[in-house]
Amino acid sequence: MIATAKIEAVEAPNYLTEKHGIKSWLLTIDHKRIALLYIFGITGFFVIGGVAALLMRLELLTPATDLVDPETYNKLFTAHGIVMVFFFLVPSIPTTLGNFLIPLMIGAKDLALPKLNLASWYVYMAGGAITLYAIASGGVDTGWTFYTPFSTVYSTTHVAAAAIGIFLVGFSSIMTGLNFIVTIHQLRAPGMTWFRMPLFLWSHYATSVVMILGTPVLAVTLLMVLVERVFGVGIFSPELGGDPVLFQHMFWFYSHPAVYIMILPSMGVVSELIAAFSRKAVFGYVFVAFSSIAIAVLGFLVWGHHMFVAGESVYSAMAFSILSYTVGVPSAIKVFNWSATLYKGSIAWETPLIYAIGFIGLFTIGGLTGLFVAALGIDVHVTDTYFVIAHFHYIMVGGAVMGYLGGLHYWWPKISGRMYPEALAKAAALIVFLGFNLTFFPQFVLGWLGMPRRYAAYPPEWQFLNIISTAGATILGVGYALPLVYLTWSWKYGPRAGANPWRATGLEWQVPSPPPTHNFEVTPIVTHKAYDYAGMKEQLGLG
Amino acid sequence: MASESLALREQFGSPGHQRDTSAVGMWLFLATEVLFFGGLFVGFGVYRMYYTQGFVEGAREMTLVIGSINTAVLFTSCLTMSLAIRSMSQGNQFRTYVLLLITIGIGLAFIALKFVEYYFHYKAHKVPGIWFESSSLYAGAEELFLVYYFVLTGLHVIHLSIGIGITAVMAVRTAIGRFSASWHTPLEVTGIYWHFVDIIWCFLYAIFYIPGFHK
Repeated sequence: MIATAKIEAVEAPNYLTEKHGIKSWLLTIDHKRIALLYIFGITGFFVIGGVAALLMRLELLTPATDLVDPETYNKLFTAHGIVMVFFFLVPSIPTTLGNFLIPLMIGAKDLALPKLNLASWYVYMAGGAITLYAIASGGVDTGWTFYTPFSTVYSTTHVAAAAIGIFLVGFSSIMTGLNFIVTIHQLRAPGMTWFRMPLFLWSHYATSVVMILGTPVLAVTLLMVLVERVFGVGIFSPELGGDPVLFQHMFWFYSHPAVYIMILPSMGVVSELIAAFSRKAVFGYVFVAFSSIAIAVLGFLVWGHHMFVAGESVYSAMAFSILSYTVGVPSAIKVFNWSATLYKGSIAWETPLIYAIGFIGLFTIGGLTGLFVAALGIDVHVTDTYFVIAHFHYIMVGGAVMGYLGGLHYWWPKISGRMYPEALAKAAALIVFLGFNLTFFPQFVLGWLGMPRRYAAYPPEWQFLNIISTAGATILGVGYALPLVYLTWSWKYGPRAGANPWRATGLEWQVPSPPPTHNFEVTPIVTHKAYDYAGMKEQLGLG
Repeated sequence: MASESLALREQFGSPGHQRDTSAVGMWLFLATEVLFFGGLFVGFGVYRMYYTQGFVEGAREMTLVIGSINTAVLFTSCLTMSLAIRSMSQGNQFRTYVLLLITIGIGLAFIALKFVEYYFHYKAHKVPGIWFESSSLYAGAEELFLVYYFVLTGLHVIHLSIGIGITAVMAVRTAIGRFSASWHTPLEVTGIYWHFVDIIWCFLYAIFYIPGFHK
């Protein structure tokens, strides 16, 4: 059965071969092609953000400021933060894997609003172009957080252009989130009830809710920053009668939930990977599904933990601290349930699973250290130190990026119709894991010892740990470069993949690889729960 | 008359399905709009609490008459927009077209009146950052009030202009017979947006004008 699917995949036109020419790509409203456009976009920004990070790590090899001067260093960490957060992490999984897979997973022919989907890519690229202009024409030195009044009154760099770029890219994010919610509500195939949906969809639904409710607040906050900066009126600047802490409240009202925009899709990917490679339904499906929703909801109630040292009242600080702890509950549910799924599973150690296991470990470290910084007393000690840097990189890089890479490998046969080189991919996954830990674990120690973030220089006694961190970053860079190379290679030369190379459940594996333009000839009728490996044995050829 | 099947996209099962989906999309978009304006309302509320006296003085700079007339004007456009959609669902193309034109006219009248008011502020030297003078003890707070006033009403005017543009497109599409009694989804979705823009104005009127009632 799989063999016939293979022949079809070779012969029938698919979404890649049906139309040709640059116009057929730039004007496409096919969600699969738009996903590929996004992959190009976010990969480009990932490289830019990565180069900025590498330059910073090189500067930090020595205690003195010798590679770049402090002003340039400020611009480097700002560029790194802005590009990685707004142009890579937030759009990464939703716009690529989400875009590609959501219609396939629910048995639909496209997203509900295909033109809006294409528009979102153009808005994303326009915002990216403006922000790159700001970086290339001299840079921005405020940090990605744009704290006032420095960003509105004192900084002489290209704050306005960067803010406009981020304002725009926010709308791209809103468009994507809106499209996903409408699609998941309206376009599920017959039989695809809410509790039969793959968990990837639940997590994307939760992500989309955060996107459409959080992003507008960031947009309006940046708008007020622009107004204050351009017209010189006091909104957030204290000497003009404004309140800088109000800016921080409004900024983090989006930017804390934004962390969940980054991690939730990754959690969805990991649920898929764990189920597929342990040949079992995810343990406690309903709990995992609702934990995504719970993270999205609770995520909106914890922003104040970024202002424990910013003059927030001690009562709000206590409330925000307690609420921050509660986010640990749904997060832990996921970790425990993934582990329980693996237990007595029939585990296949393919590359995607290595990324997924890596995700679980790194996310757990990132999450547990999150409890440290949610504690009022400890946070005062480690605020603005490398401890915080290490903590959120364990979530965003150890979590979000590992999930992205795992998902990219898992669905690569579906996207490209080709397999990637397995041995090389396994090696790359291990290199990423080692490089990541080598980079960021020393930063926990450095932060605990008191090394502040955002400085180009530091006392000599911290050099040893900084050298280890920089060495790790280099290894991590190699780990990221490898998939870029071999995935590109496999696009043309990889061995052809069948419709379902992993013998996984899920509607996306029942169409040829790559899928035809309109996904499903006949709208499928769903009769099984997600991950019903026991019930679908014969269908999957596992009998 | 364009048939329903021409307007039906492949991912939908039926015209009704497509209509519901469009409406869901618009309602979600309005949810983002609530949060967008919400950020400004929160900021306004915080500063109103800090600087109550200055904000009352700011509210006294408003041209109450124009603001009140504009509120009535915009409410009238709600009525004509609703009637336009109702006419279309009854299949009366011509009446729909005329009502949409009236709606556009009323919207433009609102914007014209708004700019008259802006001109008064300009004459009175009450444009923050550009030309602002005040002898008040609370001049700083008054300026902050006016910042929020100009940003919020400015954004409202932008939203209304977009609404007028979309309504104009709808009027043209009505005139050339794109809609029928059974299918006029774009018109319905435009209506939802239009009413939302009007509702935003209600809140703006309440926070900017009403505090200045007692001169």
